[in-house]
Amino acid sequence: MSATETTVAPVGVWRSSLRLWRTRIGLALVLLLVLIAIVGPWVASFTPSEFAGTPNTRHVPGTWLGTDYLGQDVVSRFLHGGRSILWMASVSTFLGFVCGAAIGLVAAYNRGRLDDVLMRGMDILLAFPQLLLALVALTTIGPESWLIITIVAFTTMPRIARITRGAAVPVVERDFIGAAEALGESRFRIITKELLPNVTGPLLVEANLRLTYSIATIAGLGFLGFATEVNAADWGQMVQENRTALTVAPWGTLLPALAIALLTVGTGLIADGVSRTVAGVDRGRPDA
Amino acid sequence: MGIFKLIVRRVLLGVFTLLVVSFAVFALTNLLGDPVQRLLGRGALPDVVKAKRAELGLDRPFSTRYLEWLKGMVTGDPGNSFSNGEAVMDIVGDRIKNSLFLMFVASVVSIPLSLFIGARSALRRDKTFDRVTSNQMLVFAAMPEFVVGAFLTVLLATNVWHVFPATSRIRPGEAPWSDWKGVILPAITLTLAVTPHVSRTMRAAMIEVLESDYVEMARLKGLPERAVLWRHAFPNAVGPTLQVIALNIAYLAGGVVVVESLFNYRGIGIALRDAIPVANAPIVQFIAMFIATIYVVCNLLADLGAILVTPRLRTRLQ
Repeated sequence: MSATETTVAPVGVWRSSLRLWRTRIGLALVLLLVLIAIVGPWVASFTPSEFAGTPNTRHVPGTWLGTDYLGQDVVSRFLHGGRSILWMASVSTFLGFVCGAAIGLVAAYNRGRLDDVLMRGMDILLAFPQLLLALVALTTIGPESWLIITIVAFTTMPRIARITRGAAVPVVERDFIGAAEALGESRFRIITKELLPNVTGPLLVEANLRLTYSIATIAGLGFLGFATEVNAADWGQMVQENRTALTVAPWGTLLPALAIALLTVGTGLIADGVSRTVAGVDRGRPDA
Repeated sequence: MGIFKLIVRRVLLGVFTLLVVSFAVFALTNLLGDPVQRLLGRGALPDVVKAKRAELGLDRPFSTRYLEWLKGMVTGDPGNSFSNGEAVMDIVGDRIKNSLFLMFVASVVSIPLSLFIGARSALRRDKTFDRVTSNQMLVFAAMPEFVVGAFLTVLLATNVWHVFPATSRIRPGEAPWSDWKGVILPAITLTLAVTPHVSRTMRAAMIEVLESDYVEMARLKGLPERAVLWRHAFPNAVGPTLQVIALNIAYLAGGVVVVESLFNYRGIGIALRDAIPVANAPIVQFIAMFIATIYVVCNLLADLGAILVTPRLRTRLQ
């Protein structure tokens, strides 16, 4: 069963995908980490850059899992380090999603020249080494969050555009689009009211996948030390800072690495659950 | 449109893409800042600064520099490093060899592995093997490489077992396999990053092939199941998977940057990371174009391969 043949409302996809255990587990993981990120800074016993004891020590009074390479409390930094990555990943995915979907829909609806120009443009963006763009821009301008959001959105956009266009092209050729044109509906209305609702399935899958990648990219930039201020509490950066002391104080690396892993696996599970629902793979056996 | 014309068109498109990318890379690296100031320090006399700028060729207009650089890139002379005047090829050549070796090892391991996993889980659809591997693959596909690499380090290099070194120690001028133990963890990390995508595509392709008429026919002819699977079904499922394999090799070219940094592997990733903060533009430009070229070539091969192995698309051309 192809996704383009079935008109599924996004709410319907969500609800039926929640019947799958993988979507539920994924959602639980994401909610847990969002909760940690939001509540964390209030319950942390230290501020992120407060000195708690001898550096790289496993047992320090007042700390749960010891200190990091500068003698800061690992757990407190972990509790502080989630907010930045979560909001930056969400906003950049959203921006890239909106721009990409708009470009894909316009390209699919208009076809011809405009389609060619838009899609070749997206191909060029895809060929550009995105990590290089990020590293150079962040080195030149500095680790500003708006810049990271823009770059990640920019690299999300062409992928979303491709998927949207691919899903929308067969829909454009169907009768109801012709009927809407005959009725004299405006282009904008046809694209948003007739075309968009018929490609939500694949778009929803892609949006979740892109969110996973955005989190991974932002964490990766933090790991390379380009995404954050020096000594900022950031999960990616914490892995970088503490990995040389793995043997004596493993938690400084393990805790943030686990957080990133659970978060990305959570969004990945949701993406998989949604994609199974859209593809109709699990029709009739929702416990898979 | 004949196949030849299509190939020419795709190649030209690839060249055009690279041309646009080269301009963007050149413009972007010019934004990195003034390398002269970083080389000579803030207290340098204006005359010295001027002389150094002339020496590096930075006093000429942007367009002249771009065209000259482009000519150099095409003819195989990417210029000299800003920081010590050494030829870029002398500095980066070694690094590229090391990175290519790492990519090669990761590809050689991950491609057969993922084809096997994909084919086997298609055969054992919804059985234990399929469920276990598909869930594992989902987990590996979601996690960023540096997190997978960090877990591998904890597991195999530092805390649990000490089987492999946590960092690679390739000396300058030495072949990457001179420290083969140091290649293993970065190679496993990259393998885990690409295997899920290829095996998932292979699984889907194999399922489709297994349900096709010609496999049914081969079975009805009384061929042994082994021959049906590996001689008839498997090659036909590899076709559609080729495209994803090519795209994943392209992905490896970018993915090495982070993985190399994690394991201190002496490749282009570390060279790039070190060259950017000191505004050593020639190095950055060369590595960027190297990654972009691999990406474009792999995409080109993927597109052409997909057309050549899919009879439906092939006949549409004639």
